[in-house]
Amino acid sequence: MAALLLRSSSRLVHLPELITLQRASLSVSSRFFADRKFTKKHEWVLVENGVGTVGITAFAAGALGDIVYVDLPEVGKQVAQGDSFCAVESVKAASDVYTPVSGTITERNEALEGAPNMINKSPLDEGWICKVKLTEESELKGLLTEAEYNTFKEQEEAAH
Amino acid sequence: MNRLPRLFPAIRTYSSKTEGKKTCLYELHKQHGGNLVNFAGYEMPVQYTDLSIKDSTLHTRKHVSIFDVSHMLQTHITGKDRVAFIESLTTADVEGLKPNSGTLSVFTNEKGGIKDDLIVTKTDQDFIYMVTNAGCIDKDLPYLQENAASWRAKGKDVQINTLDGRGLIALQGPEMAAVLKGETNINLDELTFMTTSVGKVFGLDNCRVTRCGYTGEDGVEISVDAKHASVLVERLLASKAGMVRLAGLGARDALRLEAGLCLYGNDIDENTTPIEAGLAFVIAKRRRQTLGFPGAEIIVEQIEKKNWKKRRVGLVSEGGRAPRGHIPLNVASPIGSATIGFVTSGCPSPCLGKNVAMAYVDTPYSKDGTVLEVDFGAKQAKVTVQKMPFLKTNYYTGKKN
Repeated sequence: MAALLLRSSSRLVHLPELITLQRASLSVSSRFFADRKFTKKHEWVLVENGVGTVGITAFAAGALGDIVYVDLPEVGKQVAQGDSFCAVESVKAASDVYTPVSGTITERNEALEGAPNMINKSPLDEGWICKVKLTEESELKGLLTEAEYNTFKEQEEAAH
Repeated sequence: MNRLPRLFPAIRTYSSKTEGKKTCLYELHKQHGGNLVNFAGYEMPVQYTDLSIKDSTLHTRKHVSIFDVSHMLQTHITGKDRVAFIESLTTADVEGLKPNSGTLSVFTNEKGGIKDDLIVTKTDQDFIYMVTNAGCIDKDLPYLQENAASWRAKGKDVQINTLDGRGLIALQGPEMAAVLKGETNINLDELTFMTTSVGKVFGLDNCRVTRCGYTGEDGVEISVDAKHASVLVERLLASKAGMVRLAGLGARDALRLEAGLCLYGNDIDENTTPIEAGLAFVIAKRRRQTLGFPGAEIIVEQIEKKNWKKRRVGLVSEGGRAPRGHIPLNVASPIGSATIGFVTSGCPSPCLGKNVAMAYVDTPYSKDGTVLEVDFGAKQAKVTVQKMPFLKTNYYTGKKN
């Protein structure tokens, strides 16, 4: 599990740090590697030092197919949990993305403008959408853990 | 933001607990990694796991793809009054059709609206062959049967026979002819667009091959016995004469949009006349004189007076969000922006690298080059009216020397 967390968090650390951390992966503190949280609408958020990185899950990206356009939110925009703040679009469909947390947009993944299908290739890592400075950290408690999300997703798939 | 489809409609709309009906190719789709969804009551592949919708669309324009369209309703209309019967319900000049040729037509309603679009083919045998939409089976079939019964009650001779469960396989793309050549006793050079022939295909008897399709490319639809359908598909896939891939509903939708072809229920319906839809060509010349189909007077008046109030148009936009069904189209007016139409379908075009869409707009805004604003709710974007098809179509109209 530690290895999994490390891999999925690798975007947030620089390469030299990553190498050091991998060596010491069994003693990684949860303070540095907060758990990724999920919503029932297939977004994820990973919070570090009060800033949450937000994206959509592999399941959502897979259901949409090749993403060809991402309508990124503006930096500085205030958003409340559950607001639609981004749209992703494939040939098949366009979908709203709802923010899992309230706060202010501090950064957006401009790389998606040139390579929107990065969301398909790397939904939990290079395909992140934006960063939100949290105003209500307590909201995280109401989100799903990875295990809870996986159970929920399996139910969705079974309903298919 | 409710104008956007709800979150991940890709998951919601395409999932369903109710088991759909299965075509004769259902098992084949599963074996080949088809991502099955419920469409018009049938379990149909939206795409196959090894090819994205975008790549599948591009593949079809460059090579050739197989689409299972067995969910569509295939019907034989028999009896000596069959031609007059079909003409009483559609806008087609069936009488004037050469044997073994067909045409796109529509069932109309009393208001001149479109009940369904269809392909009607006059065979050289004792029946008319018709293909209608799967999504309309529940209204088309009773409609045909009730009308036939009332004709019979008046002493006329007409019967409706559905080809239940029979396979219908669309083979679409520039390599189609190369793939079939040598594998069929039908002369493909003579089989021009909208003509039909029955013969042997890949060793399988009794295949009806009709040169038509829904992609804008050269192609055929092969009507085949249910028990032979998957064998035919496997033999097509194994062909060395072309790169044959399976394609699903996702690519089919993008292809037909690029080719400017209507999807019933989206771009045409009971409330749009063929004239408003830009389909005046389906009202055969002779039928404009003889009339005798539901709503004929309304439709012919629209043709003569050019007094339609709305019109189906093509739209393009460079990049950004794609206009999609139900999204309003606005123009600036002295008192703010006014809605003058709605998008009926649209997508980012895999082949053109820009967004393409169809919409109905008030007639004054239907001219080529008119710039409109598509209203996504929180954001607006510019779109330009453009003639369809959006790309060059490649229908086979005869051998070029």
